[in-house]
Amino acid sequence: MNCIIIDDEEMARTIVEQLARNNPDVDILGSFSNAIEAIKYLNENEVELIFLDIHMPTFTGFDLIKTLKNPPKIILTTSDRNFAIEAFEYECIVDYYVKPFMQERFDKGIQKALSFSKNKNVENAKATLNDVNVLYINIDRRLIKIDIPTIKIVEAKGDYILLKTDNRNYTVHSTLKKIEDKLPKDTFLKVHRSYVINTNKIIDIEDNSVLIEKDVIPVSRSNRPELMRRLNLL
Amino acid sequence: MDVVPNLDYICQLSQGDKSFIHEILQVIKKELPLEIWTYNLHLAEEDFVMAAEDVHKLKHKISILGMEKGYHLAVDHEENLIKGNVSLKLDFDEILELMLCFIEKT
Repeated sequence: MNCIIIDDEEMARTIVEQLARNNPDVDILGSFSNAIEAIKYLNENEVELIFLDIHMPTFTGFDLIKTLKNPPKIILTTSDRNFAIEAFEYECIVDYYVKPFMQERFDKGIQKALSFSKNKNVENAKATLNDVNVLYINIDRRLIKIDIPTIKIVEAKGDYILLKTDNRNYTVHSTLKKIEDKLPKDTFLKVHRSYVINTNKIIDIEDNSVLIEKDVIPVSRSNRPELMRRLNLL
Repeated sequence: MDVVPNLDYICQLSQGDKSFIHEILQVIKKELPLEIWTYNLHLAEEDFVMAAEDVHKLKHKISILGMEKGYHLAVDHEENLIKGNVSLKLDFDEILELMLCFIEKT
């Protein structure tokens, strides 16, 4: 993990550097005696973790956190236990070392920071997955969230499309091509020049049509082979 | 931790790395007199809040040099100074003197 140290006391910085030397997961990129120098560095470099002293003259550790738009993970270092409650109001703070601390306590904090990264990655992956499963449509200047798996049929109607979902229907100013590009290719298929369907919603198929709930959707001759290919035929 | 300064914590921290012991002692030799000088200046100016800040910083060095009683006294002195109370000044001065002598000899 790429780290920096921010502490106005040189002795404190020297101690963290020593503890970091004995931990293979830590790579110290720099040490700073004041927050201003550190902010300049943070603006230009990728830092994953900051060892941050709270008690610094003019610009405290908390002041620094507030100035950072997207702060990296932070481990606070302080001689004062009284800041603990305030510390955990900040999502980026992963641990809190009370000076003086030893190697074992230091290593424990690094493990927390590492597991915090893994949890964040899982959360980000889940968020990305959720984003993939939704579509926002613009109706009367409002963006309405649609869960993609609930879409049954998309029908072209001139300059508009009719979007039929499990819950309700929406008329949107758009083209079939545009929405087709936004939908997952494995479940949505254009079966006719005016229709895109969710193949998971098909109830039955005849020669040149499919039934989705009560809607009979035409299937053009050119699109039929692809539709048949997708079906799990006995 | 104890009443008199010692290198127990620093030695533990070093894990046998003598260059680190030398480095940290050099840093303390450099920083400690300056911090004491600043603390005395703030006291002379009767800027007790700043003097409390100085004690806060000195407190860390007291703990690094293993002085448990001195550390607790420093905590009380810091709190007192914030209220403008200097009643522990002389006791605290003794701790500082002990530290300076110890660092000189080491």
